Amino acid sequence: MSYLTFAKEMLKNLFSSPATTQYPLQPKEFAKGVRGKVLNDIDNCIFCGMCQRNCPADAIVVDRTKRTWTINPFSCVQCQLCVDNCPKKCLHMEEHYTEPALEKADVVMEGKPLPPPAEPKA
Amino acid sequence: MPKNTVIPFGPQHPVLPEPIHLDLELQDEKVVRAIPSIGYVHRGLEKLVEKRDFQQYVFVAERVCGICSFGHGWGYSKAVEKLMNIEVPKRALYLRTIWHELSRIHSHLLWLGLAADAMGFESLFMQSWHLREIVLDLFEQTTGGRVIFSVCKVGGVRRDLDAEQVKLFKKNLKMLRQELDSIVPAFLNDSTVASRLKDVGVLSEAEAHAFGCVGPVARASGLLEDYRLSQEDAGVYLELGFKPVLEKSGDCYARVAVRLKELFQSLDIIERALDNLPEGEIFVRPMGFPSAGECFARMEQPRGEAIYYVKGNGTKNLERFKLRTPTNANIPALLHMLQGCDLADVPNLVLTIDPCISCTER
Repeated sequence: MSYLTFAKEMLKNLFSSPATTQYPLQPKEFAKGVRGKVLNDIDNCIFCGMCQRNCPADAIVVDRTKRTWTINPFSCVQCQLCVDNCPKKCLHMEEHYTEPALEKADVVMEGKPLPPPAEPKA
Repeated sequence: MPKNTVIPFGPQHPVLPEPIHLDLELQDEKVVRAIPSIGYVHRGLEKLVEKRDFQQYVFVAERVCGICSFGHGWGYSKAVEKLMNIEVPKRALYLRTIWHELSRIHSHLLWLGLAADAMGFESLFMQSWHLREIVLDLFEQTTGGRVIFSVCKVGGVRRDLDAEQVKLFKKNLKMLRQELDSIVPAFLNDSTVASRLKDVGVLSEAEAHAFGCVGPVARASGLLEDYRLSQEDAGVYLELGFKPVLEKSGDCYARVAVRLKELFQSLDIIERALDNLPEGEIFVRPMGFPSAGECFARMEQPRGEAIYYVKGNGTKNLERFKLRTPTNANIPALLHMLQGCDLADVPNLVLTIDPCISCTER
């Protein structure tokens, strides 16, 4: 048994640079493949609703008739099941986390309206 | 005959990361009896199994605990895989072992920090949590999450390790091993630390067996309780040359020593698993839904053995999921250890069983 077993480490820490980063000033570098937040490339979306059916947190709502895709980023648990099950691969995960907000608002994305159906040829 | 005083300990207390309440009955400075009460963070996660399909529930099972989250996901998957007769590919088992052992390092480092904080050794607390940061970064780089990993799935795992990540793993583990060498003497050779831990809360092997202790608490008393020694999971741990850590003295010091030695043992297991990572598939798609019937699975979590029970009814939702966590098994032993100890040693004693109350209440 001895005394001051940690003195060397303490002195080393006293003269070394901080282990923490100055977060808002020095942005965090995310590794490749970090699950941050779900984004939708709405122009390619076919509103099939596979993401809504697979979401374990019920964070996604797809409306086929109105052609809207809604996500509540604060309900999302970043499991990536929607991205894995998307048949058109229009969903992807961004590496940056969801930014803080004043209220837990939904993000609504609207698709382009469908072109009018072609008139049947006589 | 002096009158007994009752002092409430918790649910909010500086040493407790999670709420547990103990009524300490004292005679002067000595604890005569301790009466626990839990139920402050019950979330009803087990009931959710009726609402989510069996594959989605893995993400709920992971959220039972923020420290051994990978283990809970694995334990649940293991029970469902048994029910559905799925044979998990060898590579997936190795990957699960790697991430699970990394969780054990994470859990033990976090606990060592809290133990140092309970003794009043602030700089050691900070240093332990600083080392834990290396582990969290490694998790983020390989699984995509820092605390909740979402890589385990019924049938295998969702992510693979490429050659670059294996290299990164090895580099960081080597760094972690070197840094760990700096905190070990502070826990095991320091006179001040020893004066707080030695011969405090002694639990004999027979008592540990009688109270049904699990995990490091049992192993610190010399009781060989480690589910990693089983032949299940194709004996991955035995293939990797796993040998359990045992201490004899059964006091707080032994419980710290067991966890410190397990850190190095987990590092060895991960390094060997990375070297011998078998080639092949990482996932087999489950066919159909879990059949009607019930199944048990057991897992050695960082805190001890956890038991998972699932009951299927032939639909995509399971009928029942039940989880017995290691803390639940260690609380009776804690109450026994508290009898006759000094009031000043209560925080240390409560911490040495590594209580995870959120796990216990699910």
